[in-house]
Amino acid sequence: MDLQGYGAAIVGGLWVTLAVATTSLALAAVFGLAGALAKLSASRALRWAATVYTTLIRSLPELVLMLAIFYGGQALLNRAGLALGLDYIDVPPFAAGVLTIGFIFGAYLTETFRGAILAVPRGQLEAARAFGMRPGQVLRRVMLPQLVRHAVPGFANNWLVMVKATALVSIIGLDDMVHRANLAAAATREPFTFFVLIAGIYLAVTTVSIALLGALEKRYSLGVKAVSF
Amino acid sequence: MIDTAVIAESLPAFAQGLRVCLLLLVISLTTGLVLSVPLAMARVSSRRWLSAPVWLYTYVFRGTPLLVQLFIAYYGFAQFDALRQSALWPLFREAWFCAWLAFSLNTTAYTTEIFAGALKATPAGEAEAARAYGLAGWRLYARILLPGALRRALPQYSNEVVGLMHATAIASTVSLVDVTRVARDVYANHLLPVEAFGTAALIYFTLTFVLVGAFKLMERRWLQHLQPQRATAPAPVPAHAA
Repeated sequence: MDLQGYGAAIVGGLWVTLAVATTSLALAAVFGLAGALAKLSASRALRWAATVYTTLIRSLPELVLMLAIFYGGQALLNRAGLALGLDYIDVPPFAAGVLTIGFIFGAYLTETFRGAILAVPRGQLEAARAFGMRPGQVLRRVMLPQLVRHAVPGFANNWLVMVKATALVSIIGLDDMVHRANLAAAATREPFTFFVLIAGIYLAVTTVSIALLGALEKRYSLGVKAVSF
Repeated sequence: MIDTAVIAESLPAFAQGLRVCLLLLVISLTTGLVLSVPLAMARVSSRRWLSAPVWLYTYVFRGTPLLVQLFIAYYGFAQFDALRQSALWPLFREAWFCAWLAFSLNTTAYTTEIFAGALKATPAGEAEAARAYGLAGWRLYARILLPGALRRALPQYSNEVVGLMHATAIASTVSLVDVTRVARDVYANHLLPVEAFGTAALIYFTLTFVLVGAFKLMERRWLQHLQPQRATAPAPVPAHAA
């Protein structure tokens, strides 16, 4: 495969893609955890807000949400900026992309985390409290280690979907792998070469992810007996 | 605050975009449904030469972004002079054909895995009983395995249908004028993000709810036996049990 000197640019694009994906994942975990806690909270308003968040996000296409947040957020920010007497604010595409993807997948992770929290037996938390642990200690010593185990499969799934969803950020002008492949394809008039190349790279990322996440799942499930038939 | 005149003026364009979105969805889903039943049967086969290629196909198509698959179909193949001079070129030149090709192959990959999973979840006794009655081969599949598996697959399949409907927004990148493309055009003309993307969001939101509702009805019909039991008066005790 002759890349006519564009190989380095594509690899550079891969780092952008991975940076977008990992940053979005961290953000999505924050949104997801907050959403799950809100869904399980005693406050009706919080539960309602979290339900609106997950229902709305999951019933809209990612691309439409991305465009809406990118252009809409920009307009909103500038209206606010104008009121405060600030100059024109340009939302960097990286921030817009990460915020959007993090916000979208936070809705999916909300359900993952909600299920994981519910999967930890209540009695264990009660027992920990009875032993005199403070709420923070209960969370750190009893809740989190088990929550992680139950959340890993859903988390893994979301990561795989998210890596592929980052391809969309090229549409709002982020210089990721797809964007660079587009440029290289136009310059060399060899679109097939470059799009198949990045498809292969995405597949490699998926394959490595599946292997790593499988190991992680095994690590967190140590000490849990698997059913044998 | 919200410019209703702009929305009213662009409604015909949105209606046209909705037609494109739905048409693409229906032709891709139909193709996917037709292809994935035999592919799922091959996927669960114990013959490696039958199951391995299907595994590879679904792995590749589920492991790469749909956007890139669409770009390969629409921009990629045009690289080859042999294709450009062949009888197939009028097809590959068309955004519609390439979108149908990419979306169909993509949804077929996901649907095949869903159906294969449902087939594998068949209770062993069910297949055993069918074999004991002398059913084998195609008749075993047509009468016992597939009716059960397709029912079991319904909830997951509904997720795939909604996902594909959302994915049609990606067709806006290869010059198809769907709802998303109309929204981007309205935004470009008026610079009103709320009016442009809000209208599109409302359309997708409604579509999602209609699809989810339709699948709920189908599940009620075909997964009747899984519905929670309603509390009824205890059945009268048969005479011989007393």
